[in-house]
Amino acid sequence: MTTAAVPATPTRIRAVPAAAKRPGLPDALRSELTKILSVRSTYWTLLAQVVASIAWAVLNCAGIVSHGAGPGFNAAEASLTGQVALGELIIVVLGALVITSEYSTGMIRTSLAVMPRRGVLYAAKAMVFAAVTLTMSLVTSFVAFFVGQAILSSKHYNTTLAQPGVLRAVLLSAAIVAVFGLLAFGAGAIIRHTAGAITSIFGVIFLIPQLAQALPNSWFADVVRWLPGGEALSPIARSAPPISDHLFSAWGEFAVFSGYAVVLLAVGAWLFIRRDA
Amino acid sequence: MIEARGLTKRYGDKLAVDDLSFTVRPGRVTGFLGPNGAGKTTTMRMILGLDRPTAGSVTVNGKPFAQSYSAMREVGALLDAKAVHGGRSAYKHLLCLAETNAIPRRRVDEVIGIVGLEDVAGKRSKGFSLGMSQRLGIAAALLGDPDVLMFDEPVNGLDPEGIRWIRLLMRSLAAEGRTVFVSSHLMSEMENTADHLIVIGRGTLIADCPVAEFTTGGTAQAATVKTPDDQRLADAVTAAGGMLERGEAGELTVRGLSAEQVGALALNHGILLHYLAPARVSLEEAFMELTADSVEYQAKTGVKQ
Repeated sequence: MTTAAVPATPTRIRAVPAAAKRPGLPDALRSELTKILSVRSTYWTLLAQVVASIAWAVLNCAGIVSHGAGPGFNAAEASLTGQVALGELIIVVLGALVITSEYSTGMIRTSLAVMPRRGVLYAAKAMVFAAVTLTMSLVTSFVAFFVGQAILSSKHYNTTLAQPGVLRAVLLSAAIVAVFGLLAFGAGAIIRHTAGAITSIFGVIFLIPQLAQALPNSWFADVVRWLPGGEALSPIARSAPPISDHLFSAWGEFAVFSGYAVVLLAVGAWLFIRRDA
Repeated sequence: MIEARGLTKRYGDKLAVDDLSFTVRPGRVTGFLGPNGAGKTTTMRMILGLDRPTAGSVTVNGKPFAQSYSAMREVGALLDAKAVHGGRSAYKHLLCLAETNAIPRRRVDEVIGIVGLEDVAGKRSKGFSLGMSQRLGIAAALLGDPDVLMFDEPVNGLDPEGIRWIRLLMRSLAAEGRTVFVSSHLMSEMENTADHLIVIGRGTLIADCPVAEFTTGGTAQAATVKTPDDQRLADAVTAAGGMLERGEAGELTVRGLSAEQVGALALNHGILLHYLAPARVSLEEAFMELTADSVEYQAKTGVKQ
């Protein structure tokens, strides 16, 4: 190769100011916030989560008012169960989509080409999703609670935030939605396919608790508190523990669900960092 | 500057890139050529750290890309124009990329202007034509005003005016002292754009030389001859391992032999020549000849050799 290449002349006028510091988490967080707020699927799923949770609270409380409160009635649960039973399922879709849409569109290759620090990108994505989801689910939780209590008040079934365990129920009902979203996010990072991730999470939270019921009663009583759905969710929305004494307290069950989310997030992170994109 | 040393990538039992070593220097446009499936995209993915090499290494400005200080200021890449979230507007797409490297907002507007997407910047990229998507991809690559630019088949889907535009853009980027690395499976594309060529086939290096050398030297030699004694020359050329083609106005083209070799051959056989000149092999022909054995999916014609 004898043809001389023109050497680089670093006298070019830079169109972009030099980086003051190495791009990291704060920059990735800003970018992920722009990403999540600039696609319609975010707004549709969050809106569905809000509407479904509040509508369930209204219908459920109206039903209790007309039929009368049964045994085990809990005023907090009456208005929050919609969020825990239904809102959480909707957020699973968003949690999976936030990461799997990067793969289905091919955007992940662009994202990693501008932010090759994969751990930073993964953390930023999960944190932004969790923050956006938690903000919406907190609002939803309080609105569902107050609307529900307003309906229950016609029969004086209602409770207030000042009563023992009520504020905890409202806050944990919001937090469990974000936990389920992160569970789906982890599954999305592992499976990298929207339908696959959503289906497998639904499978786990519906099917496993169902199948467990086929176990002999004494065995079921031992495992029910550890299951990733079903009855184990019930203490979360209640201000007082449920009648079943096979379950942990609200905080205990919340920790169990968070544990599942942490495991999936960690496996997802490990694969996200190691696998070819 | 991009430096690959012994770069190898294996997918299962298929060797996509095989012990590839090359250097892409700044200040010129380097064409990365090879038939489809030769391993060009895989190589570019490894440069960007998207794929982990099975063996070997590749650095950008002396460091693996993943360790770059500010990725977008070092490398701007367009690998796949459709690798964007179609539900996001062009502007937001560029903004979310710029934010990862703390690149100011005004630069987003600037690159939108450079690629001429002002009118559709607020529209979701789902509805973009391939040409518009290519422009969006190029805008993304230019965001960080990087020293190294990589384009994978950038003229795909562009109209003639777009092709001309991108050719000029690449030339001017190289003239500013940047490293420009552009892949193509079309030789003709490179003829007017690249200064230097890296040619691969089935994942291995076939040639690494200036464009001019590629067309005149190597195995792709040819000569133009005029002779009253066609048949004898044809026999002599064939015996020497060349090939004779009949051209216009009584001109003959000899392939596989240089003009010097044809002259010596004619002297030895006592064949009268009226005209003899080295022929310029088109880049396309040279490329076809070099990669003939390494085309992955070859149309089989006639009897298998």
